[in-house]
Amino acid sequence: MGFDDWILALHVLSAFALVSALILLWFVYLALRANGGTSAALGQLYKIGVIVVQIGVAGTLVSGVWLAISLDAYRPWDGWVMIGFALLAIGTAAGFRAGHVSQQAGGSRQTLVLHAVASLAAVLILVDMIWKPGA
Amino acid sequence: MTVLAEIRPDEWNFPLFLHILGAMILVGGMLTGASALAAARGDARLLRLGYWSLVAVGLPGWVAMWVGANWIYAREDLDEEPIASVWVGIGFVVAELGLLLFLISLVVGGIGVYRLRAGKGTGLLKATMVISIVLLVAYAVAIWAMTAKPD
Repeated sequence: MGFDDWILALHVLSAFALVSALILLWFVYLALRANGGTSAALGQLYKIGVIVVQIGVAGTLVSGVWLAISLDAYRPWDGWVMIGFALLAIGTAAGFRAGHVSQQAGGSRQTLVLHAVASLAAVLILVDMIWKPGA
Repeated sequence: MTVLAEIRPDEWNFPLFLHILGAMILVGGMLTGASALAAARGDARLLRLGYWSLVAVGLPGWVAMWVGANWIYAREDLDEEPIASVWVGIGFVVAELGLLLFLISLVVGGIGVYRLRAGKGTGLLKATMVISIVLLVAYAVAIWAMTAKPD
């Protein structure tokens, strides 16, 4: 096993962390909407989700850039790689905004819409990574 | 065409997508369940949410992951032969022994949720949480094996 294999494993583990945290945050946001308010335990769950999302985004981005530079088969400017970066940026921005809006009173609907955008971006990144359009 | 695209036929793309998406949903349900059960500290609503995330998200995720894996395996007629690589072996062991543990955790947790309604303790749900954490570690090892493919 070479160093790049370890980085690839880190890349995929980070992607799993990211999607898992998005699922966790769906539960938090839906519980917030259903109950019309938060609790200390739900706040704790939200913090876990945010930390895991941050680890997932940082891990996929850093390891993804590394692999695009290190592996001869890929280039950082390949179309599907650029699409992946763009979707990660859109998803991160929507997710960050969802977290911000969720802290405000009456923002639950907007939170869910923004979180849906972040989740859709994550699924599209997976599609992009598997089909590699243009590769 | 990239090296990976050359060694992986295009017909594998959808089954692989189903396999990985299912595995991500499984891990997401497990992370949500373990985290909610750990963070609940007696909060009945969060304990139930943790348990139902395992049932409603984790279990369908396992099914999708398993269907995708076996789809690829059968398409290549590999199911007719003994398992040849370590990483495939790790995948099958974690998926199938993991399912057994997962089902045990769901039965134990289901009894725990029932006892919760009767105002009894949360010990069984703590056991579900511990099993979920063990499974999360096992899934991390399986993801590493599936990706890095050690010989």
